[in-house]
Amino acid sequence: MSVATESSSPGGSPDTARLLATVDPARRRTDRTMQVLIYIAFALAMIPLIWLIWTVVAQGADRISIDFLTQSMRNIFGGDPRGGIYHAIAGTVIITLLATVISVPIGILTAIYLVEYGKGWLARSVTFFVDVMTGIPSIVAGLFAFSLFALIFGPSVRIGIMGAVALSVLMIPVVVRSCEEMLKLVPNELREASYALGVPKWLTIVKVVLRTSVAGLTTGVLLAVARVVGETAPLLVTVGVTDSINFNPFEGRMMTLPVFAYRQYSQGNAPCPGGDSATCVADIASQNAWGAALVLIAMVLALNLIGRLITRWFAPKLG
Amino acid sequence: MERLVNLSRFTRAGSAVAVGVLALSLAACGSDPEPADATGDETTEASESGDDMEGGLSGTLSGGGASSQEAAMNAWRAGFQQANPEATVNYDPVGSGGGRTGFGDGSYAFAGSDAALDDEELAAAEAQCGEGGVIEFPGYVSPVAVAFNLEGVDSLNMSPETIANVFLGEITTWDDEAIAADNPDADLPSTAITVVHRSDESGTTENFEDYLYSAAGDVWTTEPSGVWPVDGQESAQGTSGVVGAAQAGEGTITYADASQIADLGTVAVGVGGDFVEYSAEAAAEVVAQSPRTEGTSEYVYTIELERDIEGTYPIVLVSYSLACTTYADENTAELVKGFLGYLASEEGQQAAADAAGSAPLSDTIRQAVLPGIESISVG
Amino acid sequence: MSTTISRPPARGSRRRRSSTTDRGFNRVFRWIAVGAGATILAVLAAVALFLISEAWPAIMASPEELASGVPRYPEDTSLLGYLGPLVYGTILAAVLALVIAVPVSMGIALFISHYAPRRLSQLLGALVDLLAAIPSVIYGLWGFFTLAPVLTPFWLWLNDNLGWFPFWGGQASPTGRSMATVGIVLAIMILPIITAVSREVFLQTPRLHEEAALALGATRWEVVRTAVLPFGRSGVISASMLGLGRALGETMAVLMILSPGFTYSLDILAAGQHQTIAAYIAADFPESTGLGVNTLIAAGLALFVITLAVNMAARWVVARRKDFSGAN
Repeated sequence: MSVATESSSPGGSPDTARLLATVDPARRRTDRTMQVLIYIAFALAMIPLIWLIWTVVAQGADRISIDFLTQSMRNIFGGDPRGGIYHAIAGTVIITLLATVISVPIGILTAIYLVEYGKGWLARSVTFFVDVMTGIPSIVAGLFAFSLFALIFGPSVRIGIMGAVALSVLMIPVVVRSCEEMLKLVPNELREASYALGVPKWLTIVKVVLRTSVAGLTTGVLLAVARVVGETAPLLVTVGVTDSINFNPFEGRMMTLPVFAYRQYSQGNAPCPGGDSATCVADIASQNAWGAALVLIAMVLALNLIGRLITRWFAPKLG
Repeated sequence: MERLVNLSRFTRAGSAVAVGVLALSLAACGSDPEPADATGDETTEASESGDDMEGGLSGTLSGGGASSQEAAMNAWRAGFQQANPEATVNYDPVGSGGGRTGFGDGSYAFAGSDAALDDEELAAAEAQCGEGGVIEFPGYVSPVAVAFNLEGVDSLNMSPETIANVFLGEITTWDDEAIAADNPDADLPSTAITVVHRSDESGTTENFEDYLYSAAGDVWTTEPSGVWPVDGQESAQGTSGVVGAAQAGEGTITYADASQIADLGTVAVGVGGDFVEYSAEAAAEVVAQSPRTEGTSEYVYTIELERDIEGTYPIVLVSYSLACTTYADENTAELVKGFLGYLASEEGQQAAADAAGSAPLSDTIRQAVLPGIESISVG
Repeated sequence: MSTTISRPPARGSRRRRSSTTDRGFNRVFRWIAVGAGATILAVLAAVALFLISEAWPAIMASPEELASGVPRYPEDTSLLGYLGPLVYGTILAAVLALVIAVPVSMGIALFISHYAPRRLSQLLGALVDLLAAIPSVIYGLWGFFTLAPVLTPFWLWLNDNLGWFPFWGGQASPTGRSMATVGIVLAIMILPIITAVSREVFLQTPRLHEEAALALGATRWEVVRTAVLPFGRSGVISASMLGLGRALGETMAVLMILSPGFTYSLDILAAGQHQTIAAYIAADFPESTGLGVNTLIAAGLALFVITLAVNMAARWVVARRKDFSGAN
């Protein structure tokens, strides 16, 4: 190799140096242009991100108050500026937790299956269909939950658990995907060391593999939660709407933050004879929508941030 | 490849984080009894104003139907629930069709509908309620404004034919002769007209179509159906959607519940040679002066709207309230009686007028249906 | 000390799945894991089955029954004829979003993988991923209240000056609530997934290929063009198809921004021309009963089949590429 190089171009010759230094101007221009375009592309993605977050903060910040976060909308109507989103926060938390309770065991066990046991056609098809499932439109997941419960309880059923089922369909593949990646990161040496000590496989998985990857798994689950917590469409067709607090996901409608934001958005202006006053604000509904959007976006961003920081801080230092 | 894994440190930290997150979410879920207090406050406020009503009803009452009644229904529910803190009234805005179906098969104790029951539905309802036991009255009447967004113009006169032509897309600019002829003083720009209609099926659309069909039948030839018949025009979801769209564009025109049109300009509608601006009173007047449908049972008070009575505002949304005179369950019967009694009362109608800009029920109609509501009982 | 199990070290413990180790709780645990894997397949099958069972009445109904039972249903139209414009609108929106998103996300992916400082690349990737985390209802609010008014003058200008171009014809909407605006919002929403997948592929470019190109005196762009892009082509294709799948199923942003209509029109600047399946379902579902609900679920079934096909095709391309890159 080195011999060939030396023979073709004697190292350090001024000719070669000049040749390498003066790139043909057209090529350099293309290089510059493409570099600028690529930087612009990145900027193009950042503009909507910053613009959107700024809009939500600017529009929603005024509405946020203790009352707004701790009261429901029961008996609040028209331009009444009282009331808040407590019922929606409660509904979102309950439905998302339920969805997590359904999806995390299935998701992690599937990931364990794929990483530790997976062989043959079943593993191949599970991998394939998990990927395909990540692409199921959220509204279809909602219709699925609706069809499932409608067949059992009749078409007018609207309960919290339906929403949790719909969200699970969306959440399971995300959990599987990220947990699978995390389990794969666990070095094989650890497993083999455990086997060498005579530890049975199931115990190795529980005590070594899962223990080692718990930070990564937490991240995976948090990101999956962040992904579904803002889903609107499946909840729109399954859990209905209410303006009172309902903690029971097995009976009665529940309100959730994204649906609340959408409902308030579609409410429009309230009639305020005599203009805005302390008891009547014409555009209170859109203020409520932005307020709810701000709380929702804060939740999602916090979940994302915590999730990423967990891997950063607690991930095993490998190598 | 040397891999050092500090197992104990990060696993402990990791599980601590996991537990922490869980605890955090549980705490968020369990804290704050505040809303209960808040409702308590409101109840005490309300009990002063609502003391003329019996306040001892309890239980849950479920109804559903037209979404047009939602704003008024919120006011009625709040008023009723404040007077009866133990009672909860639910109203599902599932649409008129859903409300009539639900009422017919008994899943709703009461219902709201933008159209009167037809013969078939009445039969189903009577099968549910018992012969002659259906109560039906126009509990919510609201003017529908023809609203537009045009720089510097707040009000325009239009005849029914002109309105129909505009909404059909036959008249395309604001300075069209047909519009100019009725508005000699207005300074009309040559801006293109953009029609905005409801994209969802709605009672507002059906009533507006019905108005065009009966007042400008030569121009508007499609039968009213609740779904907008003209293709390729701008549309939006719900009243707020059309109002928002109309506000966003220059030269737009739409039809919407008058209480929600905000700062849009409005059309004074030609009625019998005169032009009438919308108002709750003028809308109430058209309902009061239109004849009651003949041949119905005692408590079914439906009306045949007349669209050309001088001095009245002819484009109104008439939404009916439906209930039975007998219920199998005593508590339900008491709740329906109390709730509909409040809905039809002057106080209830005023609450709806404040919240939704609706036109109060006329005394004639109230006198006709109140005995029916009073007679609600277990059967 | 539960780890010290009194069990004689099994003979042949190197072969993990030998029958001697696969018993007792080991076997139970294995079956639980297999069961979880099978649950995934069962869920997917259940989604299809329940959708079919609820859509069946609409599929079987005659056009007359549908026309009388479903609002907005035109006379004498088969169910397929009715869903046709919706399918068209759905695909139009998704393709439009794709046309905008693919070049931009390839730029972003290259920026993160080859242009930005190495230390920053993870952070930048996370920033782009944040776009995917923002709930679609917020995109809807933002698109309707903020973006559409800003874009309107631009759309009107395009319509006035370049109206001869097939897509920009018709009567441009003065409110900006048109397919063009929807396409831009959808493009923003699918940027992250296309970026994420292409970024991974670009990072996998064999170091030797890049260094070989550099050694030949290539500029940075030429390295990208001659080594990175050819290597990543199939990855970018499948990433685009994944993005397409996302765009096909997006509901809230379309529902809140688009002014819907049911035609086969190319005029993306005009209002009231198109509607997507997902937005149609969300809009009409709350006020539907009986056959109307069945029809909506039939539309949902159509959407499910379309997205399934697109996603399966995308995954198939990825899977095939994996075999290739293994050989590299």
